[in-house]
Amino acid sequence: MSAKAEIEIIEAYCKGCSICVEFCPTKVLEMDAFVVKVANADACIACNQCELRCPDFAIKVHKL
Amino acid sequence: MAKKIALLQGNEACAQGALYAGCNFFGGYPITPSTEIAEVMAGELPKIGGKFIQMEDEIGAIASIIGASLAGSKVLTASSGPGISLKQELIGYACIAEVPCVIINVMRGGPSTGMPTGPGQSDVMQARWGTHGDHAAIALCPASCQEIFTETVRAFNLAEKYRMPVQVLYDEIVGHMRERIVFPEPGELEVIDRPAPSVPPEKYKPFDTSFGDVPPLAAYGSDYRFHVTGLNKAEDGFPTTKAELVDAEERRQIRKVECPEARADIESNEEYLIDDAEVVVLAYGSTSRSARYAVNELREQGIKAGMFRPITLWPFPEKRVAQIGEQVKAIVVPEMNLGQMIFEVERVVKNSCKLAGVHRVDGDPLTPSQIIDQVKEVL
Amino acid sequence: MAYDYEKSIRPGKLPHIWCPGCGHGIVMKGLIRAMDACGLEKKNTAIVSGIGCASRMPGYLDFNTLHTAHGRAAAFATGIKMAKPEMTVICCGGDGDGAAIGGNHFIHACRRNIDMTYVLMNNYIYGMTGGQFSSSTPTGHLASTTPYGNPDPCFDLAKLAIGAGATFVARTTAFHANQIDKLIAEGIKHKGMAIIEVLDDCPTTYGRRNKFRSVVDMMKRLKEIAVPVTAAAKMTPEQLEGKTLTGVLHKEDRPEYCENYAKIIARVQGA
Repeated sequence: MSAKAEIEIIEAYCKGCSICVEFCPTKVLEMDAFVVKVANADACIACNQCELRCPDFAIKVHKL
Repeated sequence: MAKKIALLQGNEACAQGALYAGCNFFGGYPITPSTEIAEVMAGELPKIGGKFIQMEDEIGAIASIIGASLAGSKVLTASSGPGISLKQELIGYACIAEVPCVIINVMRGGPSTGMPTGPGQSDVMQARWGTHGDHAAIALCPASCQEIFTETVRAFNLAEKYRMPVQVLYDEIVGHMRERIVFPEPGELEVIDRPAPSVPPEKYKPFDTSFGDVPPLAAYGSDYRFHVTGLNKAEDGFPTTKAELVDAEERRQIRKVECPEARADIESNEEYLIDDAEVVVLAYGSTSRSARYAVNELREQGIKAGMFRPITLWPFPEKRVAQIGEQVKAIVVPEMNLGQMIFEVERVVKNSCKLAGVHRVDGDPLTPSQIIDQVKEVL
Repeated sequence: MAYDYEKSIRPGKLPHIWCPGCGHGIVMKGLIRAMDACGLEKKNTAIVSGIGCASRMPGYLDFNTLHTAHGRAAAFATGIKMAKPEMTVICCGGDGDGAAIGGNHFIHACRRNIDMTYVLMNNYIYGMTGGQFSSSTPTGHLASTTPYGNPDPCFDLAKLAIGAGATFVARTTAFHANQIDKLIAEGIKHKGMAIIEVLDDCPTTYGRRNKFRSVVDMMKRLKEIAVPVTAAAKMTPEQLEGKTLTGVLHKEDRPEYCENYAKIIARVQGA
C-alpha cells in the first residue's frame, strides 16, 4: 500500500498532546520524546483527521 | 439670521451639544437623574442616521459605545451614581485602549442608591481615580445649561483629539434646571474629529508614537485592521510584559494629558473678581452659582472676595490655584460632598494661605449665606 | 496542498499560548475554515472576545480584533455591529466569560437577535485562573474552589441561548473537528444571533482533577457523549442518559435587530 498523502510535522509547534497519534485510523503517527513523528508513512489514507484535530497547527497533510 | 433660542433642561442641552459635536452613537441605560439625555438621543439620532441602543445594563452601555467608537462612530453614554460606579472598569478599558468616548455623569447623592433625585458633587474624585490602575483623566464640569451644551461639544473634541474617555460632570440641579439656550450656528464652535492614520494600512500600528503622544486611530471596517486589548500592550497593539515597553506606554498615556501643552489646551477656568481678592471661593458646578452670589454680597459688605471656578476639573489647574494661594489670605471651597476637591486644593496651595470648606450632603443646594458665613469665619 | 491556515493568522504569532491538548486550537482552526468558506473579507470582519484562555483567540487572527474585558464581548460586539451593520461580527470566548460574568450581555444579545455569531467554548472550568468551577461545571465535579465536589447546578448553554431568543443554536465538540467549521459557517450565514457551543477540553485544570488520565481520555469522552440530534430522535430516554445533543439544535427566522433599526431610521427620515 502506498501513502495517499505526505504528512508534514512542524516540530516547533507540536506540544506533544498525542491526539493525532490516538485518533489516526491507520497508525501512521507515533510520539517521539513528546513530539509527533511519522512512523508509518505508507499507511496514510489521507483522511486528514490528524490535521483537523491538531490543536497546535503542527500538522499539514499534503494529499498526493 | 436670528439664532435659534430655546428653553432647555440641562440634560436636553447636553444631548443637543452632543449632536452639534457630531455624536452618531449613543449606548445607555436608564437612571435618574440622567435619563433625559438618553430620551432625547433616542428621538434625535435616527433622524440623522445615527444609532441609539438601550443596553441591558450600565456596563453593556459603555461597552457598546467603545465598540462603536472603534468602528469609527462618535459616541456618548450618560449615567449617574451607581451607574457610573458600574462603568468604572470599562472607563479604564477606554483609557488603556485609547478609545475616544464621552461619558456624562449627572451627579446625585450617594454612596450606593443614595438619593437618586437629589443633587451631589461627590463623584469628583471618582472621576479622577474611579477606575483601577494609573491613568490620566479629563473631566469637565459645566455650571449652566448653555455651558452644558458647549462643554459637551468640548468633551467630544478632547475625547477625539486625545483619544481617550472624557467625563462631563454636572449635578442634578444643573441637569434638571431649565434655562435659555442660544444654539451656536454650525461652524461657530470648533468640532474636532480624530486624526486619521497617514500611513498605509500595512504600516499601521494602533499605538504608533512616531507622530506624538496621541497615536492616530483607524476604524474597524476601513482598510486598516488592527488588534485592541485591555492588556498592557506594545505599539503594535499586542500584549507585552516587557518592563520597558509597559513603563513607556503607561507614562505616555498620562503624559498626553498632563504635559504643559496639553494642560494649556484642556484646562479651562472662570475667574471672577480675583485680581484684588483677599479671599477666593473655589467652586464648581451648580455650587459656583451660590458662590458668585456670595462673592457679590461680600464685596458689597467691603470684603475683597473673588471666585475661581474650574470648568476643567481634571487635570486640576494646579499652577493657577497655587498662584492664587500665594495671593490671597484664604481659599474657601464649597462642595456638595463632605470634602473632596478641597484636598486637591490643599495639595496644591500647601500652607500658603488658610483653607476652609463648606460641605453639604443633605440633598439641598449650598446657599450663598453658608459660603458667606464660612468666608467671614476664616478671615 | 494542505489547508493554508497561515493566511488567516498574524505572522509570527504561533505557537499559541494554549496548553498541550487544549481544544481551543482545534476550534480556532474550525473558525478559520468557516470564515474562509463564507468568503469573509478580513477588513469587513471583526472578532471580539472577553477574558480567559479562549478569549486569547482574536490576537492570533489577522482580522479586526478586539480583546475586551471579562464577560463583555457581546456588548462590545453589539456596538460594532450597530455602528457598522455591513461588517461580519464574531464573538469567541469561554463558558465562564460568556455565560457567568457575561451572562447578561449574552442573553440580551440573543434576545435582540442581532446578526452576530458567538463561538462559545465550554470547557466546564475557569482555566486561566487555575481551575475554579464555572456556571457550566457539572454538579459534583471537582475544581479548585469546589474541593468537596461542585454543589451548584450548571447551565445548559444551548438551552439558555434558545430560551433567550437566539435564532440559530448549534452544538458540537472539540473532538468533532470536521463539524466545527460547518456549524460556524452556517451560523455566520444565518441572519440573526447564532450561538455555536463547542464542548471543549481543559486537560490542565479540569481533566486532571476529574480523573481523566490524559488529553486522549477527554477527547474520547467528548466523542462518547455526543449524539447527533437526528440520531437522538430514534433513541430512548435511557439511551440518552448522560448524552449531549449535537448539530443544529434550533433554527428560526425572526427579524434581525440592525435591520429593524434601519427600518426605524428610514421611517423617521421619511416622515
